[in-house]
Amino acid sequence: MMRFLLQRAGHAAFLLFGVSILAFLFSTLAPGNYFDEMRLNPQISAERLSALRAEYEVDRPTALRYARWAGALAHGDLGFSFAYNMPVAPLLWTRARNTLLLTGTATVLVWMLALPLGVWSAERLGRPADVALSWATAVLLIIPDLALALGLLILAVRSGWLPMGGMVSVGFGEFSVALKIRDLAWHMILPLLVLLLSALPVLLRHVRAAVAEALEAPFLRAAEGHGISRKRLLYRYALPAAAHPLIALFGLSLGTLLSGSLVVEAVMGWPGLGPFLRDAILARDLYVVIGGVLLSTLFLVAGNFAADLLLYWVDPRIRAGTGR
Amino acid sequence: MPVKERVRSMNKRRFEGEGIEPAHPLCWRQRVLTVRVLSGHDWLVASGLVAQHDTVTCKSELEVDLRPILEVRELCVAYGARGGGVWRALSGVSFGLAAGEILAVLGESGSGKSTLAGSLLRLLPRNARITGGEILLDGADVVRMSGVDLRRVRGSGISIVFQEPSLALHPTIRVGEQIGEVLRAHGTRSRRERAEGTRKMLSKVFSGDVERIYSSYPHELSGGQQQRVLIAQAIACEPALVVADEPTASLDTTTQREILTLFKRLRDELGIAFIFITHNPGLLAGFADRVLVLYAGKVAEVGPTHEVLRSPQHPYTQALLKCVPQVDSDEASGRKSMLPVIGGVPPSLAAVSQGCVFEPRCQDRMETCQVCEPAAAVLGGGHEVTCLKFPA
Amino acid sequence: MDPDTELEMEPLIRVDNLVKRYAARGFGRRAPEFTAVDSISFSILPGSTLALVGESGSGKSNVALCLACLQRATAGQIWFEGRDLAALPEKELRAVRPKLQLVFQDPANSLNPRWTVGEIVAEPLLVQGRISRREQKLRAAQVLEQVGMGAEYLERRPQELSGGQRQRVAIARALILEPKLLILDEVLSALDCSIQAQIANLLVELQRARGLAYLFITHDLRMAAHLADEIAVMSGGKIVERGAAETILRESHRPETQNLPGASRVSQDSVAAAERPR
Repeated sequence: MMRFLLQRAGHAAFLLFGVSILAFLFSTLAPGNYFDEMRLNPQISAERLSALRAEYEVDRPTALRYARWAGALAHGDLGFSFAYNMPVAPLLWTRARNTLLLTGTATVLVWMLALPLGVWSAERLGRPADVALSWATAVLLIIPDLALALGLLILAVRSGWLPMGGMVSVGFGEFSVALKIRDLAWHMILPLLVLLLSALPVLLRHVRAAVAEALEAPFLRAAEGHGISRKRLLYRYALPAAAHPLIALFGLSLGTLLSGSLVVEAVMGWPGLGPFLRDAILARDLYVVIGGVLLSTLFLVAGNFAADLLLYWVDPRIRAGTGR
Repeated sequence: MPVKERVRSMNKRRFEGEGIEPAHPLCWRQRVLTVRVLSGHDWLVASGLVAQHDTVTCKSELEVDLRPILEVRELCVAYGARGGGVWRALSGVSFGLAAGEILAVLGESGSGKSTLAGSLLRLLPRNARITGGEILLDGADVVRMSGVDLRRVRGSGISIVFQEPSLALHPTIRVGEQIGEVLRAHGTRSRRERAEGTRKMLSKVFSGDVERIYSSYPHELSGGQQQRVLIAQAIACEPALVVADEPTASLDTTTQREILTLFKRLRDELGIAFIFITHNPGLLAGFADRVLVLYAGKVAEVGPTHEVLRSPQHPYTQALLKCVPQVDSDEASGRKSMLPVIGGVPPSLAAVSQGCVFEPRCQDRMETCQVCEPAAAVLGGGHEVTCLKFPA
Repeated sequence: MDPDTELEMEPLIRVDNLVKRYAARGFGRRAPEFTAVDSISFSILPGSTLALVGESGSGKSNVALCLACLQRATAGQIWFEGRDLAALPEKELRAVRPKLQLVFQDPANSLNPRWTVGEIVAEPLLVQGRISRREQKLRAAQVLEQVGMGAEYLERRPQELSGGQRQRVAIARALILEPKLLILDEVLSALDCSIQAQIANLLVELQRARGLAYLFITHDLRMAAHLADEIAVMSGGKIVERGAAETILRESHRPETQNLPGASRVSQDSVAAAERPR
């Protein structure tokens, strides 16, 4: 067990290291930097520009810059943002928190819906109810989430029921706690809906396929022969047997918590990590970009790691290692 | 004599005192294998051998239960093949089973033996249907039972043990828990009671360390151990009948013998009847009480084991038994000689054949065999054969 | 075979002190070092059959794999046509392999379900060198005929065949390179009784017609005694008993042979003997 954990942790660390180097390299090697934009601005004098450049050490060799950055990282310092003129870490953290609120809720909801629906569908495989559901998921799969987001937005505008974007209303700071929660929830409905509608079909199909396969297994027929009730067969026997692909998907869900909602956030004006990073990339805000990339990678790696751990915990055959 | 009539003539016989003679000759069974002895309020189980007009020595009042616990009457099962055809897996199978009896169903691939196992519990694949007949378990018809009753009967009235033990157990649930699930499905609610019941069952099938088995996962056990776990599951609720579908096919030979011995011991201790399905005639001697030979979904022959093996009457049974190489040392060395084979191929179950289904491959076929379908003929002593050589 | 000539004939294949050991694997505890085959020796005369009999786990299949050169032995020699196969480099082994062919137990798993019977049977020809399509088909049809299947089976797929037919195809595939030795690893165990008899007959016929030698691996002592000239009983990686077929069957007192099927007769009337009123 320990060896397994250490091995996985080692992989993760190696991956993060590699990603940070690559991110740094690509960002600095890309033509232009933040200050090039400033050159076009007549209000900033050349001396001011060169002073800024020296201050931010833009012209030092890349390797040195990386070394300093890595050193700072060890202390928890993610660098300084050129555009916002403040440390990167709190900037990222605020945005990341907003994104996680949205995607976290969406993930929980989508799994809570997909599991029972998938089981229900697998049980009725091939019958009218299942076929109808398959068609519905197929349609939803085809529609890109951009179209979905825009469509729902139009609906919101037309009907006036839901806010047209943003995360909070004006004057949020003065609201009471209960009102704050209500306001947040009201703003979350649309983006949540888009995320749900785009993630649910895929997950549902996978759950259905995995459970349907488990339902065909000999041990299920044997258990049926012992008179075990249908419900117990589905949830105690079939679903755990379908665990492998589902746990892998769960790991992916966790992994894309930060990165999966860019389009939705952009369209709906949700102040999350996605649009923030996009702006930073366009502005060549080096440390923000690298910080963001690293954070996303961390989540991805952690998600996979969690999936591995979960699988290890759930399946005794994996625990047995090489097995018989 | 059709099965219905035979049944009506059975009822409990009372034997009294010492040195008893049965009042009436026992009809289609020559052996009473499990005799339940009534002594005060306790049922003791003894096994003995009673032939026609034989005497039974016992110390107390005996009540001999001769009612069949299972009666299958004219069972027909069909599969819907892709493309619209119909495969008749079983056509008019009838037989009875007494309490504590071990009946072996001998058949090759395509004979319908696995279908028979499945239909006794109505555990058939989606495209299979029971198209006719009755399966009477203690009087109640399994074929027409409601879903609720069926689930109750499965496991507690009749159980099944499948062929591949490694596949029949859930891979990620501990073995003890899986046995506990069967108990839970039939009413044992409290966890402690389930654990106790499970341990009791495990100790009946395993001789050694029960604790280790209890908390093991299936992949940690050998094939033989897995099969014993399946058997423990099957007897957990002490059913009257256990159907074993080729339980020893994937095991090596020492383990095979051990499993057979286990079945006999369970029969002796708990009075459970077994239907043992196999394609290997070599397993039957010294184990099964009666043999039923199945061919192309029909009963070819049925009778006491030693009689069917020593003097088989149906041409198929004769040919099948000859296929096994005889290496008796008193016979001339037939090493590397040509073994007698059954010519031809098993019939297609899609076509409705006129006349006897074995006729194309039969050594003793007559003209009438192509036209008339044979009915069961009683040869006495419980031996029956379905062949036109023996008029019904 | 005349016992005098037997003594004078060179064995087709001779195995000396064959050892197969598996190194420890896994995280230490899981799979310790394991000796599957513990120094066994035997020889097979051309045109004769040696049966290797034993329980599962006795090491029989490992012997089969080593002999067929699908697996390197840890120690020992395998003398075939004057050369030690265990020490031969891969290149030269390739030239020898056609002469030692292996047939497996489970025809369902050893035949590629996506290929036709003709392609399956002709596959070894492709491995051994260039050969035209027409020639492939011809040789496939020839060898199928030898196992009793007509040319109409060339285009069928394994799923459409019965167990016995699939096993015939597997044997045909093994025969197409005209081997001298066939290693038959539990080829009859998965088949019904009457089909076992058919395939056994086929094997006897083929041996007579082509002078093939067989290493017949099984746990069925009765079939072994029927088909083999000599029987070697394996247990725990070693050969514990060896001799002529009838002798082993009749006189063996070892628990291994007692446990094997065929040690008792089918028609034995043991029911009456076993159950007397108490």
